[in-house]
Amino acid sequence: MSEPEKAGHVLKEGIDWVGAVDWTVRDFHGYETSRGSTYNAYLIRDEKTALIDTVKAPFAAELLANVSALADLAKVDYVVCNHAEPDHAGSLPTVLAACPNAELVCDAKCRDALGLYHDTSGWRIHVVNDGETIRLGRRTLQFVQTPMVHWPESMFTYVPEDKLLFSMDGFGQHLATSARFDDLVPLDVVLAEAKTYYANILMLYGGPIGRTLQAAGGLDIEMIAPSHGVIWRTHLDAILSAYADWVAMKPAAKVLVIYDTMWKSTEAMARAICDGAAAAGAEAKLLHARATGGTVIATEVLDAACLAVGSPTLNATIMPQMAAVLTYLKGLRPHGKAGLAFGSYGWGANATKELAEYLTAMKVEVVGEPLVSQYAPNAATLDGCRAAGAMLAEKARHLAAGNT
Amino acid sequence: MQKFVCDACGWVYDPAQGDPENGVAPGTAFADIPDDWVCPECGAGKDQFSPTD
Repeated sequence: MSEPEKAGHVLKEGIDWVGAVDWTVRDFHGYETSRGSTYNAYLIRDEKTALIDTVKAPFAAELLANVSALADLAKVDYVVCNHAEPDHAGSLPTVLAACPNAELVCDAKCRDALGLYHDTSGWRIHVVNDGETIRLGRRTLQFVQTPMVHWPESMFTYVPEDKLLFSMDGFGQHLATSARFDDLVPLDVVLAEAKTYYANILMLYGGPIGRTLQAAGGLDIEMIAPSHGVIWRTHLDAILSAYADWVAMKPAAKVLVIYDTMWKSTEAMARAICDGAAAAGAEAKLLHARATGGTVIATEVLDAACLAVGSPTLNATIMPQMAAVLTYLKGLRPHGKAGLAFGSYGWGANATKELAEYLTAMKVEVVGEPLVSQYAPNAATLDGCRAAGAMLAEKARHLAAGNT
Repeated sequence: MQKFVCDACGWVYDPAQGDPENGVAPGTAFADIPDDWVCPECGAGKDQFSPTD
């Protein structure tokens, strides 16, 4: 392959990336996309022409220009919709209007979901079931239903002749780049964004994703083209083994101290817990809920063994940003973690009780009574916090070693 | 006893197993699960389940 070809948008002969790069998005329904994103769509030109997925609605014209550069829009026979979410299906009304001879190909749940987003009455919809195929000519599209990777209607499209899997949100990354392939961007950056994506979008669906990975293990795959970020053609082993760890939520010997503070009393306790854990040999991180957003915190939580969560009592409850972070984390359903609550108070220690309730709701194994301090912590309280940090470090080592 | 499948994600409720992690004891018939119970896999409501073999 020549350098320009290697760096271009050609996946395989006759299969091109025709999506859009969103360089400026920084808030993706609350997910902090610090490196932007891409909405990937792919065009397969064979005896029949198929467009795999579309883009977010504001990018429809860009997608159509990319398709038009390669094929007559009237010659597009199929538009495959692997996922009804608006960042991939939002352009369907525009695309189907511009491609008058195209049939929309999706599964039954996707058809129903699209009907609740768009007026689909004039659309020609070709419903496919799991395992069904469409012959394009030399190539075949094979459909694999993948419920809850990422919504109930989600599916993968596989091209056996090219050993190419269109994996929709699976293996994706919110990463805006002019490069289309994993070997053209620093691997640590791609894997970090893939981890952030998994933690924030897919963490709670580890069960179905694990089953999908097992099913996909039977496919012969040499390229994975997700719907966000770069295409995996060189580092498949790296991303597949990372997914295996994330699906299992394999813990590292890492202690996170997640907190908010008013007059630095809870922060002093947080520092002492963090220092105690670090001194005992664990990786320890201090995460102030108003300094570090939920997106980064969720990513850290994915492979942390232990969590200490802290808040002072404010207005007889926990501070609002801690409530936001914990509500978000609870929804992502981490599992297999241990932790405890801490915080200062003036005249009612309600916050630590509520934090402990959050831990229980998150099925975190609570490994100690809440650490509390009336107003500022004294030396004895801070010694207790350091000891708790050391205890969490020990617990984290046990969990990382596969023990409980 | 009759099993039920989640229409959203395909998870199957087996009354013999129950859902003890979420307070549903083994041996609980689907009809006797509280109405605010949700699918432990995807969070779909109890009304999203259908009988299955």
